[in-house]
Amino acid sequence: MLGELGDKARLYAGGTELLLAMKHDLLRYEHLIDVKTISDLNKIELKNGSLMIGSTVTHRALERSPVVKENLPVLAQMETNVANVRVRASGTLGGNLCFAEPHSDPATLLLALGARAHVQGKAGSKTVGIDKLITGAYETSLASDELLVGVEIPIPTKSKQAAYLKFQLHERPTLGLALVLDVDGDNVTTATAVVGSVSTVPTQSGKANSILVGSKAQIEKQLPDAAEALAEAADPVDDLEGSAEYKCHLIRVFLKRAFSQALS
Amino acid sequence: MNLRFTLNGKPWQVDCEPQETLAEVLRNTLNLNGTKVSCEVQVCGACTVLVDGVPVSACTYLAYEARGKSVTTIEGLEKPDGTLHPLQQAFIDEFAFQCGYCTPGMIMSAKALLDENPQPTRDEIIHYMDGNICRCTGYVPIVAAIQRASEVMSKETKK
Repeated sequence: MLGELGDKARLYAGGTELLLAMKHDLLRYEHLIDVKTISDLNKIELKNGSLMIGSTVTHRALERSPVVKENLPVLAQMETNVANVRVRASGTLGGNLCFAEPHSDPATLLLALGARAHVQGKAGSKTVGIDKLITGAYETSLASDELLVGVEIPIPTKSKQAAYLKFQLHERPTLGLALVLDVDGDNVTTATAVVGSVSTVPTQSGKANSILVGSKAQIEKQLPDAAEALAEAADPVDDLEGSAEYKCHLIRVFLKRAFSQALS
Repeated sequence: MNLRFTLNGKPWQVDCEPQETLAEVLRNTLNLNGTKVSCEVQVCGACTVLVDGVPVSACTYLAYEARGKSVTTIEGLEKPDGTLHPLQQAFIDEFAFQCGYCTPGMIMSAKALLDENPQPTRDEIIHYMDGNICRCTGYVPIVAAIQRASEVMSKETKK
């Protein structure tokens, strides 16, 4: 259907972002194709050490799912704080990722967790990382006849500690920061820090991640350097949520908080 | 399009346009003006109605989505004899409104909360009601009203 209608149609799931943009005449489509009518896209399953989340699963379902709470508590905790209960009840994970709103909480955390997006098109199916799916503000790499079927998140091993923190004054977050640490005794062996909302897409920095590896005491001293590397990679923009300088400051503050929360 | 759904417990059908929101159908077609429309961007919660028990923003929810489902609005809370729902009574008793514009949405959200979690803590109430904005009361009496209704409702279920 999407192939036939082309630009006149858009896939529609929860409508929490798309309908707002259409009401404000920022987007116009003659047809909306309701993907919620496709069965099996609303399932949360544990498969081969990964959590498979269908694209029409709502934020609220993720927040309340016993499987998610048990295997990936950081995801359930992040979802609990997405927007408000009405948005969470209608809005879907797939819709959130495909709309690629720069202030998305899920995109930031999923990138840190190494999630992969399952995409189905006319030509076949493929799997891409979140950073390859979301390419810019409101932009994805999906072709006009492609559909995000779901997201696969590897369940972190027991040695991994994760935290997601956000800072929000208005309707959308100013900053979201996800940190996943692989901990061995007093040492962190691998680290992934991702910052979102401060610029157009969630960002990580190889340099920051490497600074976050070593003994806990040493990392604690180097946190400002890691924050600086992360801020440099993210290259925050001035907008209504705050100036670039302010956001760089927030990255410093929240990386420190995320580090102590992840290790607590 | 012809839309069939259950409205406040009764089977209903209306003709509506595919692009019409649930708030437009409720207010303009069915004259149920209890559901208020304010921010229109799912932030304020004035338009909250329950669809299959789940709170949604009727202002940004296509009426199409309600097909075959059960919709509850503020008009559907009182008993047939006119007795107010414990939440409605508690909002009056605690003086939990001044201008009243947010009240239908507040009560519908609170109903969804109490149906799911009959005895919420103060923190749980505040987290759940976070998406409903009131510019008059300062929220303190609203939280008190929900706590009062929670007590009344749990006594009623024990009877």
